[in-house]
Parts: sequence; structure tokens; C-alpha cells
Amino acid sequence: MTALGKLVRSTAFRLTLVYLVIFALYAAALLVYFALNTGRLITEQITETVDDEIAELTEQYTIGSWRQLTTIIENRSLRPGSSLYLVTAPSGQGIAGNVGSLGPGVIDKIGWSETAYRRLDEQETAQHSALVRVTQLSGGFRLLVGRDLEERGRMREIIVAAARGSVALVIVLGLAGGFFVARRVLRRFDAVTETTQRIMAGDLSGRLPVTGIGDELDRLAMNLNDMLERIEALMRGLKEVSDNIAHDLKTPLTRLRNRCEDALRSAKTESDYRGALEDMIEESDGLIRTFDALLMIARAESGQARENMTAFDAAEIVHGVAELYEPLAEEKGLAVKLDAPEPAMIQGNRELLSQALANLVDNAIKYARPVESGEGRAEKPPAEIVLAVRQEGDRVLLSVADRGPGIPAADRTRAVERFARLEQSAAEPGSGLGLSLAAAVARLHGGELRLEDNAPGLKVVIALPHSPGG
Amino acid sequence: MTPDNSLDFAATRVQHKPMRLLIIEDDRDAADYLVKAFREVGHVADWSADGEDGLALALDGAYDVLIVDRMLPKRDGLSVISALRAKKIETPVLILSALGQVDDRVKGLRAGGDDYLPKPYSFAELLARIEVLARRRGGRGEETSYRVGDLELDRLSHSVKRGATEIDLQPREFRLLEYLMKHAGQVVTRTMLLENVWDYHFDPQTNVIDVHISRLRSKIDKGFAQPLLHTVRGAGYMIRDGAR
Repeated sequence: MTALGKLVRSTAFRLTLVYLVIFALYAAALLVYFALNTGRLITEQITETVDDEIAELTEQYTIGSWRQLTTIIENRSLRPGSSLYLVTAPSGQGIAGNVGSLGPGVIDKIGWSETAYRRLDEQETAQHSALVRVTQLSGGFRLLVGRDLEERGRMREIIVAAARGSVALVIVLGLAGGFFVARRVLRRFDAVTETTQRIMAGDLSGRLPVTGIGDELDRLAMNLNDMLERIEALMRGLKEVSDNIAHDLKTPLTRLRNRCEDALRSAKTESDYRGALEDMIEESDGLIRTFDALLMIARAESGQARENMTAFDAAEIVHGVAELYEPLAEEKGLAVKLDAPEPAMIQGNRELLSQALANLVDNAIKYARPVESGEGRAEKPPAEIVLAVRQEGDRVLLSVADRGPGIPAADRTRAVERFARLEQSAAEPGSGLGLSLAAAVARLHGGELRLEDNAPGLKVVIALPHSPGG
Repeated sequence: MTPDNSLDFAATRVQHKPMRLLIIEDDRDAADYLVKAFREVGHVADWSADGEDGLALALDGAYDVLIVDRMLPKRDGLSVISALRAKKIETPVLILSALGQVDDRVKGLRAGGDDYLPKPYSFAELLARIEVLARRRGGRGEETSYRVGDLELDRLSHSVKRGATEIDLQPREFRLLEYLMKHAGQVVTRTMLLENVWDYHFDPQTNVIDVHISRLRSKIDKGFAQPLLHTVRGAGYMIRDGAR
């Protein structure tokens, strides 16, 4: 398609053409109306003055005689201008005036007529038109008074010329404007098309241009960009999952395989074999757990679990999880405290949120070593894990706070990433997915996971939207 | 504390009646493994490799429990179960599936399954669940009180007594003991406890259940000569009257 062809076919240009035609028709109609009205006005003016003059002349004729009339007529006839006069005797003979010739039968018709005429002082060929009125005077005389219509004709010509000019101007300007607008819009659409093609070709980082004017096209581009952002994040997540599966599931698999080989090579007694097999089952259980957690995260992030959401009190699930972990914590020398003074309604997946909380409490128990007893014990913070539910504005905050070593501010973002295990915790068993699972569950609920300093210790907050409806 | 509260898995097998099981599973290796493992513990298991054939076998109703995989050739597992239930065959069904998420589970139970076990599973877990299902069918339903040895639990008055001693339990401990006693003489796994006593279907990483059990144990067994609450190695827990 040629550039011009594309331009002409564009919606903007076609729209311009339609407007142009409407505008031109409108301008033409306006001028026609104007012309008609002007013509009528001129005619009215002529008839009025002619009527006045005839009345005056008739009076003169009545007061004086036809001689006085002819004198006046002769006088007026000498004046230059557009007025026509003729007085005829009863015989039909012209006796005064400036009319050289008239259309046939005009003088015989009493009243108004439009006629061609020639003035007395003009050559035979001259031809004008005039509006005339003939009156019958007493004694058989007739009086004709008229006005030349040249003025009306001239006015008409001017208007027709103006009409032609303005319509031409409208068309030229309209076309030029149409081209301009169409090209401008087309350029922006072309940019959008180009970017989308690039994105489809695989470059997901591309974004549509936004001019900043804030018009419809900008809004569309911004929405599409948001959509691209989401798609990119999903794709990134997918890639991360596969990378992590490849990388991190292979480690325990290798370990498992090594144990098998080791057992084959060095086990002697039945109990050696039994021990090796038990190790392997334990190792594969760990693998299954990691795998389940990964699937769960993937599912939470894809938003599939949204179907099973109900409204419930967040304090309820916090109670449940606290109660489940309290004996374990106590065994490790930690107290579990609940701080849920009032109900806080949320809309969510009870099971997933409980699991996320359970992961956080499990982490807290693992990493929050109780303070060693001994000197200076009074100054040390109590060994406790605090589960709290708070409503702040339109958010419901579920938090798990411990008095352990905490996570340095610099490491906090990384801690939420999949499989990230901070160096100091490498000795603890676990898939390292607890925080990322909690973060995925928070996002699924339209909330977020925050790591805060509990001074000392770590405070993990799941901030969820409050659901006042209940 | 109490010296003898741990049992070998084999030791729990003495008192079980043999069951007839039907395994509908398209993976031959998995099915062979199950048939063999069930035979070893004294049960008889038939195997069917697809949904149509499995449904035909299950329709005669002679089995104690059906073990149904979800993804099967010819007819999928859930539709086999629905067809059975539509024909008023109420044989208990345990669904085995690689789809282990909560909503998959809900779907399975809604289709008429009685229990749902995600793959991969341990045989001990499967066996424990199968035996609970079979017993449920045997007619022992909800009772108002349970008794194991000299331990007595009254569901109406929410009270627990061992011999003449009144035992004070927290509400959750009561429910835990209630579940164990309802299935007295049967192995109950940690997952079963988590599902039935706490209503959680996720894996809580650390074995939180063990700590709850040891608390309960210290309340009901401590100070008594005969332990009732036993740990079954590699499987779970069992409450039973050791003297029997």
C-alpha cells in the first residue's frame, strides 16, 4: 500500500472528508439563502421608491397638467442614474422620458413588469433590464417609472463569486487539514503497530509510546502497557520457575543419587542398607515438599485459586495457626503471643492464607533462636513470637514478629525471592520457599508481603485489602 | 517417660481382617507395587487399567474399598465415581491423584470420593486411610462415648477419664483424642490428624503434630503403667489397649 493510499484509507482522513462535504454544502446553502434574500430586498426597495415616485408624479399631474408632468419628467430624465421614465399620450406616442425602447407590450400592461430596455442616449445595441410600473393617468396618458436592475445583477454576481471562492477555500483548507490530522494520527498508530510487532516477535520489554497529552490514544497505550507489564511479569515468573526447577531440584536429586551409589558401594550389613534407604525416603519427601511448594506458588501467582475465596475474619485463621504451632514453639523455648483485639474481615482463600501464615511461624520458630540464659538476661528481649492482626485504613495487616537475628535491610528483597536462603540460615532444613509462598499468596489476595525490622528481630507483614462487606 | 509407647508397623498388623480392594490405575508399575504391598499386609487387591473396565468390576459391589486414579484411559476417575454413586453403589472410594491442590481435592470429594491422597504418597499413609475407610463402612459410626482400656471419653459431657482420674484437656486435645479413639486399633497418620482434627490440607514443614501428640500423651499416659497412645514407626500413631 502506498503512503498516500494508506493516508486516504485512514479513518481520520475519511472522517475529515465527510466533515468537508457537510461543511461545503452548508456554506453553499448559506450563500444561496443570502443571495435570494438580497435579491428580494433590492426588489422591495425598488418597488417602494417607484411607488413613491409614481404617487408624487400622479399628484403633480392632478394638480398641474400633463405639461407640468412632462417638464418634471424631462428634468429627472436628465439626471444620471438608474431611473427610467416615460410618459405616453393617449395615442400611445411617447412625449417625455429617457426610454429609447422597451419590451413589446410593456407599456400596455398596467402594473409591474420586468423588461429589457434601452435608454434614449444609448446606441441601438445596448440592452439592460429594468423593473417598471405603468399607471394610467386621466385623459389617456400613461406614466412609466422604473429602475435599472443592474445593481441586483451585480450583487448576484458578487455573491456567486464569493460562493465559488469560499467553497473552494473550504475544500482546499479541509483537505489540507485532513491530511495533516490523518498523518499525525497515522504516525502514532504506526508507532503502536510497530511496537506491537516487535513485542510479538519476542521482545517483551517493548512499551507503546505515550505522548503525555492524555487523549484516548494515550489512555489506550497506557492500558496496553499495563497489560504488557503484567504479561512480562508472568513470563518472568514462568522463566524463573523453570530455571529454579532446573537448578534447585537437581541439587537434591543429585544428593539422592549419590546416596544410592554410596550405599551400593559401601553398605555391608542389612542395617547399613536400611539406613541408606531411610535417608533416601527422607530426601525424596523433601523433594516432594519443594515441588508442592513450587506448584502452589505457581498456582497462586496465576490467580487460579481466586475461585475459592470467601469472606472471613482474619483473626480466626491467625488463632488457628497460633494454636497449631504453640506446642512446637514452647518446646523450642519460645512463647507464642496473639494480638488480635478485634475482628478484621477479609475476602480470601482460607487454606492458602493459613498455609502462608504457617510458613511464616515455622520460619520464625526455626530462625528465632531463644536468647541464651545467663548473665544480663533481664535486658534481653523475651523469646517470643507475636502473631498480630490489625486493621489500618483499608488494609488488614497480619504479622508474625520474632526476636531472632532478623534480616539485614539489604537482604530483605532477596529473601522473598524463590529459593533464596540467606547464608546464616543455610544450616536449617527447609525448601526456602516459605517467604516466597507467603508473598505469592499475599499478591493473589491483592495485597503484599513486607519485611520489617522488629528491633530486634524480623517482622513479616501480610497486608491484605479489608473487605467490609463480610 | 513411658518406656514402651512405640510400635513397629508390623506389630499393628495382627488384628486386621483381610480386605478386598480394587485398584483402578493405568500405570502398571504403580499398580503392581500396590497389589504386592497390600498382599504383604494380608489384603487382596484386584487391578484394572482403565475407567470402563474398572467401573464394570466395581459395579458388583463386592469390594471393601476402591482406589481410583483420577486420570485414566477411556473414562476418567471422577466420572467412574459419579457413575457408581448414581447406581447406588456406596463402596468407599479413595482417590489417588497427581493433582494435589486444595481445589482438586474438593472436586474429588464432591464427585463422591471419600478420601483424597495426592501422589506421591507413602504406602503406610495409603494403608492407614484405606483401613479407616473400610472400618467406616463396617458400621462403626459416631458414638457418644469411646473406651480404650481404662481410658474413657464422653463426647456429650466433653469429659475424659482414665480409671478414676479425671483428665483435663484443651478443646483441641479433646478433638485429637476423640479422633484417635474413634479409630482405636488403627494407624492414624499425621496428615490424617492434620486434616481431620485441624482441617488443614497443607504440609506444615515441621512435624507440629508430634508435639501435640506428646502433650496429649503426657496427659493421658503419664503415670500409668500401661501406655495407650503408641507411635507407629514410619506411619503415625495408634491408640490401643496394649494388654489385649
